[in-house]
Amino acid sequence: MKRRNFLLQAGLFSSSLITSIGSNAWVARSATQDVQQKRLIVVLLRGAVDGLSVVVPYAEPAYYQARPQISLPEPGKTGGVLDLDGRFGLHPVLAPLMPLWQKKTLAFVHASGSPDQTRSHFDAQQYMENGTPGNKGTQDGWMNRLLGIISQKNPIQAVTVGESTPWILSGKMAIANLAPGRNINRPLPIDRPQVATAFDKLYSNYDPLSQTYHEGRMARQALMKDLDSETKMANNGAPLPDGFPQDAQNLGRLMVKDPKIQLGFMAIGGWDTHVNQGNSQGQLARNLGKLGDGLAALIKAIEPIYQDTAIVVMSEFGRTFKQNNDGGTDHGHGNVMWVLGGKVHGGKVHGDWPGLSNNQLYQGRDLAITTDFREVISDVLQHHLKIDSTKLNQVLPNYHPSQKIDLLT
Amino acid sequence: MGVESYIKEQLSPESIPEPESLTSQLSQLSTLEMNPVQLVEYVATYPPRQKPTQEQKQVYRQRAKQIVTEAITARLLRATTSPRQLQEVMVDFWYNHFNVYAAKGRDAIWVGNYEAQAIRPHALGHFRELLGATAHHPAMLFYLDNSQNRVVNGKAAGLNENYARELMELHTLGVDGGYSQQDVIALARIFSGWSIQGRGQQLDNHDSGFVFNSRFHDSGDKVFLGHTIKSSGVAEGEAALDILARSSVTAHHISYQIAQYFVSDRPPEALVKQLTSRYLATDGDIREVLKSLFHSPEFWDQQNFNNKFKTPYQYAISVVRATGVEVKNTLPIAGFIRQLAMPIYGCLTPDGYKNTKDTWLNPDAMTRRLSFATTVANGNLPLSQPRIRIDAEQLMNTLGNFLSPKTQTVITNNPPRIRSALILGSPEFMYY
Repeated sequence: MKRRNFLLQAGLFSSSLITSIGSNAWVARSATQDVQQKRLIVVLLRGAVDGLSVVVPYAEPAYYQARPQISLPEPGKTGGVLDLDGRFGLHPVLAPLMPLWQKKTLAFVHASGSPDQTRSHFDAQQYMENGTPGNKGTQDGWMNRLLGIISQKNPIQAVTVGESTPWILSGKMAIANLAPGRNINRPLPIDRPQVATAFDKLYSNYDPLSQTYHEGRMARQALMKDLDSETKMANNGAPLPDGFPQDAQNLGRLMVKDPKIQLGFMAIGGWDTHVNQGNSQGQLARNLGKLGDGLAALIKAIEPIYQDTAIVVMSEFGRTFKQNNDGGTDHGHGNVMWVLGGKVHGGKVHGDWPGLSNNQLYQGRDLAITTDFREVISDVLQHHLKIDSTKLNQVLPNYHPSQKIDLLT
Repeated sequence: MGVESYIKEQLSPESIPEPESLTSQLSQLSTLEMNPVQLVEYVATYPPRQKPTQEQKQVYRQRAKQIVTEAITARLLRATTSPRQLQEVMVDFWYNHFNVYAAKGRDAIWVGNYEAQAIRPHALGHFRELLGATAHHPAMLFYLDNSQNRVVNGKAAGLNENYARELMELHTLGVDGGYSQQDVIALARIFSGWSIQGRGQQLDNHDSGFVFNSRFHDSGDKVFLGHTIKSSGVAEGEAALDILARSSVTAHHISYQIAQYFVSDRPPEALVKQLTSRYLATDGDIREVLKSLFHSPEFWDQQNFNNKFKTPYQYAISVVRATGVEVKNTLPIAGFIRQLAMPIYGCLTPDGYKNTKDTWLNPDAMTRRLSFATTVANGNLPLSQPRIRIDAEQLMNTLGNFLSPKTQTVITNNPPRIRSALILGSPEFMYY
């Protein structure tokens, strides 16, 4: 009774006794040190970025009519977009990415997104992360299922920036977390040999808790070792502002350093511009600038492996075609996806353009979707990570790619 | 004190005096006593319907931040030091059940009051009162958009289904609770006009922040879950809440969640059934449901020992409580919980934080928990002044013999200065 009494007084109201649950020992097996390893980085823009301000349909008069205050001027004008192909222009704050466009390693897929009609951020992000639009029952994320298929049983094969596990990476496969910010290699007590040795003995069973503990220790050791040698050489050059650019650079450098890291994930928020969105300057421009700087820093960092890397940038849905009464835009439907990488068929805006007249808009108000976001993911998985169609079906259940876009070979 | 009298006492929190050290710390948090209307006036230092200047916007942000920080401080002070432990456990449970996200606009200034006025007073009361308190609070009205739920001249164009849907899916019946899209629409019509008191809007009877705008209410009759609800203004919403709170489907849903929180991620159906019938027999008396739970064989069954993996919140609170440190500074606790992705008032989605092992057991979280345990044990977390290194023997006396023989052996084989860390970071201490 004494023990139960304690447990009550510890403020949790239950009773405990250790039960050992038999389970396979986790075996640490080093991945083949294959520098040619294909990598995938996914960047999720949480909060629905206004894709029509990222890749701007400046050749369409309807665009300027619908957005008197928040449209971006044509190329050549003050604050004007950077021309991409005579039809579309890039937001001017994304100028650091133009060299990639010219080198044809940056592509866009316009009018893309999730076919589900929801305009709820929560639901739409969940669908984009679980990979089954319209089905909330899918509990794991598509990147975790992907990890299950390509697993080399190393604890840092998938890395997310931040301490929570995003839906897209949650599931039965273990993933590693990279702390955000500049002090990523700040030591923890568990890094001290004496502390670690003591806890190692405490967690030496084959139960799930011990197994998880050891995964955590190995992932941390691997990352700290990489970071240690990394920071020694990396501290020359101007420091980046905290936030996305810094985190993106950290992730990039780690991936170059350690070929075991195959999948990377980052999220950046602040896109829900219902009020005072701005145009070439303002709220959206500031956030896009940060994103562009971060992607440029990431690509600079991964230069040695850029040929073997694909980066996908996506957001849960687009925003309304017309500006609202508050100089902003509301939750919409179709958006633009970005794909970057050394082997990407870049310098091109992919996807069918649905048009912007009233009868072409989705429900008369939003950019329509002509490319399912899973089409883009499928293309990357099949042609970059070489996932066959049976396995693809495990990552994206019940989705049959139409192969109508050609982003990679 | 025996277990029986302990449970009895905890079920009547109002009978347990709060220590002066706690009440005096709480009294220093100046925004804690403000009502929802006062909170708005505190942050908005400009006249109603006027655009704020840059300085006024900055004041708004600073004060909103102060309010949230004070709310988090109050929550953690109570959680770590209040002798009303069951009440605080139930605050954690119900807050997640009726979750509101502080980073959604104005909710920053209301989440603390929401917890203080809508959740804590009813945490061991009748479910119907708890449900009603959350339904009327501006924090919930804003979070789930019911303040925008309007029907004008019989036109449903402004109908917002968000609250109506979550009220059934999450708060009462559960996702498979047998309601249809027609019921969602009917319920949204019933709640049309339930909104937030505007700035400068004088209401003679209260300052709760709630207002019923009859001109935005759909005045037609409704059929909801098979019941005909005659047009009767704000009373329709109360009638709908009555129906939902008394439903046996709700009773089962709530009982399942309570059993899941206290006993097992997959609670035994017999226990859920027992709690459901207790709920129905007592008109949703939460105290009676809990009493039934604490006296159930399942609660004490060895099979259910070690079933619940602590959430980051529960782990942090239990570590600090075990040390007996009189907490003066809660920031490091909030920081740890935030780092483990469970920031207080920071769950974005209306379903609240989960309390299952699948959600919280991951590799990096383990290394961070053990590091937290070590920092606390060594007195390196600035919870109070002077910092105190936790004595292992004293810790064992407080905790009793809850460790497996293996853990005990490892601990005794290590030098005394690391033993407290090993106790607080032991596998046994990860569970409850």
